[in-house]
Amino acid sequence: MTAAHFWITLLKAVLVALALLTTFAYMTLVERRLLARMQIRRGPNRVGPLGLLQPLADAIKSVFKEDVLATNRDRVVFFLAPLISITTALTVFGAIPAGRPGGFFGANPWVFNLDIGVIFILAFTSLGVYGIFLAGWASGSKYSLLGGLRSSAQVISYELGQGLSILGLLILVGSANLRSIVHWQYHHGWLIAFQLIGFACFLISSFAETNRTPFDLPEAEQELVAGYLTEYSSLKWALFQMSEYVNMITASALISTLFLGGYRGPAFLDAVVPGISGWPYLWLLLKIALFLFLFIWVRATFPRLRYDQLMRFGWKVLFPVALLNALLTAAFVGLLPGLSPWILGLVSLLILIALLALGDRLLAGNRKLARGSAGD
Amino acid sequence: MGVLDLAKGMGVTLGKLFSKPLTVSYPESRVQLKPRFRGRHVLTRHPDTGLEKCIGCSLCAAACPSYAIYVEAAENDPAHPVSPGERYAKVYEINMLRCIFCGLCEEACPTGAIILGNEFEMADYRYGDFVYGKEDMLVGQYGSRPQRREAERQGTPVRLGLSVQPREELEGVRYP
Repeated sequence: MTAAHFWITLLKAVLVALALLTTFAYMTLVERRLLARMQIRRGPNRVGPLGLLQPLADAIKSVFKEDVLATNRDRVVFFLAPLISITTALTVFGAIPAGRPGGFFGANPWVFNLDIGVIFILAFTSLGVYGIFLAGWASGSKYSLLGGLRSSAQVISYELGQGLSILGLLILVGSANLRSIVHWQYHHGWLIAFQLIGFACFLISSFAETNRTPFDLPEAEQELVAGYLTEYSSLKWALFQMSEYVNMITASALISTLFLGGYRGPAFLDAVVPGISGWPYLWLLLKIALFLFLFIWVRATFPRLRYDQLMRFGWKVLFPVALLNALLTAAFVGLLPGLSPWILGLVSLLILIALLALGDRLLAGNRKLARGSAGD
Repeated sequence: MGVLDLAKGMGVTLGKLFSKPLTVSYPESRVQLKPRFRGRHVLTRHPDTGLEKCIGCSLCAAACPSYAIYVEAAENDPAHPVSPGERYAKVYEINMLRCIFCGLCEEACPTGAIILGNEFEMADYRYGDFVYGKEDMLVGQYGSRPQRREAERQGTPVRLGLSVQPREELEGVRYP
């Protein structure tokens, strides 16, 4: 690695971090405004025009707030936990390719390009749970500990579903490199069409992985004060908020890259405006924005799941369905080589519709079972 | 709960996203109050004679659950009566910090002299300024004490943050 290469990579990393943190700041505003509008309110509109300076005011407030320290805390770990959270959150985004090679002023528009891209991202995002768990443990408070424990149990459960849900995708593409996945999709069509079940599972487990409603149990304020955040204040608290939002942005980028064609736009639009699918950054930003809106939209709509519902859904629904998808894809690729993947997409669609239609009955059966066992 | 119900819920929130917010941008636009909103008290007068309705009987002070009312009665001068009866309220004070705006004084009053009006913007800086006297509450007085003070300082008319159709007991009271 030459010195120039090193400096360019460092510059790109700093740029990505800055971009993520700015997006985080404005995501808080956008989220509050959208949530407010969905609840027929106006939301923050006092600081600056349209409330656009609200993130700045929030940042100043959280920096200058008193840093309250719990007496029972573990000094080192209490300080390290938010750093672990934010570091893992910021690191992961570097793997997302944002454009064609050499598309960033002659440099490659990604910070690092790994052959195990997807697996690296999954591994690193699950490292992020250490931040939450250690925060819960180091706070020396029972609510924090319960919040941290819940979070680790939740992430471990949904990690499996998430990993399995992209297995089918990896079988189809034959590579875990994010660039190869985007490239494959440009030639064969978006993977959401062939891996509908995988997409559904991945989306749902992304909600759980980023601790967003309806899976935001670690910070269920009705039961756990603020979960692992209870003893945190000031800048450390802001770091946790930051990592949650950055994780959300990364999850959106990952879903777009894996299932919606990444940085390439839909190929059929090339017929209308030549070369539009190759416009850099535009498509990835659009797709990320779409998923961020979905995150907010879901938060405005659904209540939080109960803990047993969360675990039951993760293990009894998400895990088997993701496994089914992986088996289906493996069987399709192994037994019927050379067949168009569109047939697989059709089969997936039918199975997904059947699952959704039968979902009511399956859940009712589960409830009956749960009632029966509660009497024992 | 089926998937269709989930989708229906998502549809509701998405629909609301494009509806007009119900929030009133309060200081800029006026709050639309209901006529029976209980705000700052008004001491009314007989509309024909202009005499004060209050006869200084102190029943309001007796009814007040938070002991916010202080009444000191005095004999009327027969040549220039303040109220139609024998006596009138020489001092009539309500401590707005103690008042809970329950309206029991209004119910206890035998002459309908004290009515709860609609003004509510009474935030002030000193405890003493919250004790409103007759001059602050007699009908025709417009705005709370801090509002009038501020209006005088700036040389502008008092601007209330509410609009309402006052109920008929509030004789002579007009809000913008």
